Amino acid sequence: MSRLRLRDVQPQLRSAERRLFLRQALSLGAVTMLAGCDLSDGDTFDRVLWAMSRWNDKVQAALFNPHRLAPTYAESAITEPFPFNAYYPEARAPVVDTSTFRLELSGRVANKRPWSVADLRQLPQASQVTRHICVEGWSAIGKWGGVPFSTFLERVGADLKARYVGFRCADDYYSSIDMATALHPQTLLALDYRDAALPPKYGSPMKLRVPTKLGFKNPKHIMAIFVTDDNPGGYWEDQGYNWFSGS
Amino acid sequence: MASTPIRQAGSIHPLLVRVTHWLNAFAVICMIMSGWQIFNASPLFDFRFPHWMTLGGWLAGAIAWHFAAMWLLALNGLAYLAYGVLSGHFRRSFLPLTASAVAGDLAAALRFRLPHRIGAYNAVQRLAYVVVILLITAAVLSGLAIWKPVQFQELTAVLGGYDTARWVHFLAMTGIVGFIVVHLALVLIVPKTVLPMITGRATGERHAPPAEVRP
Repeated sequence: MSRLRLRDVQPQLRSAERRLFLRQALSLGAVTMLAGCDLSDGDTFDRVLWAMSRWNDKVQAALFNPHRLAPTYAESAITEPFPFNAYYPEARAPVVDTSTFRLELSGRVANKRPWSVADLRQLPQASQVTRHICVEGWSAIGKWGGVPFSTFLERVGADLKARYVGFRCADDYYSSIDMATALHPQTLLALDYRDAALPPKYGSPMKLRVPTKLGFKNPKHIMAIFVTDDNPGGYWEDQGYNWFSGS
Repeated sequence: MASTPIRQAGSIHPLLVRVTHWLNAFAVICMIMSGWQIFNASPLFDFRFPHWMTLGGWLAGAIAWHFAAMWLLALNGLAYLAYGVLSGHFRRSFLPLTASAVAGDLAAALRFRLPHRIGAYNAVQRLAYVVVILLITAAVLSGLAIWKPVQFQELTAVLGGYDTARWVHFLAMTGIVGFIVVHLALVLIVPKTVLPMITGRATGERHAPPAEVRP
């Protein structure tokens, strides 16, 4: 299967200013089709499609069952090699010194003490073999290990009634998820891929593994985590990809 | 429910069928064109749809269109199916549907000897309309399976898993496109069928001749 990566559409993305995408959305085909409706005002359609995307966030949050587990697979089903995927080529994946790295915490968290990777390995660990599904349509099965994210959030005294958890990453990526998904039993603060420390291409020093969401909701190279009631958005989400993007 | 609560005297197509037909046409075209753009992001095989045939401009825009138009497709489709079953429209218009009638009408049509009877569907039409309803249903179900492979994982499993469900979705689309091509070709051959789908009447006059009114 030919795999087109998000980076392959990067030239188009660069040309697209924030919130421009739906003006682009009025492609030749759409204009032809809608010609009789006098929908010449792109801003109107922008607003309609953004409103529908926010509506779909609500519907997906309602559909999300916090106890429903993503299917798991035998290790023999793991995709080899597991694809690298980012908005930049693999050679530009950031290399973080794991020995000196400290994870920063902020927002509605009681204990904001920074965490080293060694500290995180002292917490209870779990692993999973699950399917990573890209917004583009392709999927791959991988194995991740690390700290159940709910365990971590409880340990640091995060306000579990807050609405969002946000992530800032070493590659200038950022994303955020809803608290219900953050507390899902399979949401993992992953430190390992296939029982070895995450290599840079898979998100060293840590990534969030969320098998109930699309791949771009699984931030890699996490540097800072914060808990908030204000939706922090995300790198792709702010350009027009649906924010909830649940599977 | 009464047998034909919406259809007026002299009407070929009930009002609800006409309204849902055109809303469905808009929704299906939006779904197909945005779906082609989504397909292009990760093609199932070595083929991409030309950009001018797609809707959304880029992947995020196409997804926004796809997941907006899906509500129109689903709600409009449910209204049509409920009406078709409850009003008897399906039973009156699509039944009986037998293999021998389809074979006979198809043979006649291919020899250009099948007259178009305003207000009544021949057996090939009946088969085509039933099949496209099933194809759209398959597209919606396989779409739900690849949109929510965790929350609707039983549905995804029934369709053979995530990867197979993508193929089901693609093949359902292909079947629907095939229907549209034939449907539009036949409308071009028999253009007098267009006006009744808009006005409900064969000639646009207020009183269609009783002989042309479907029983």
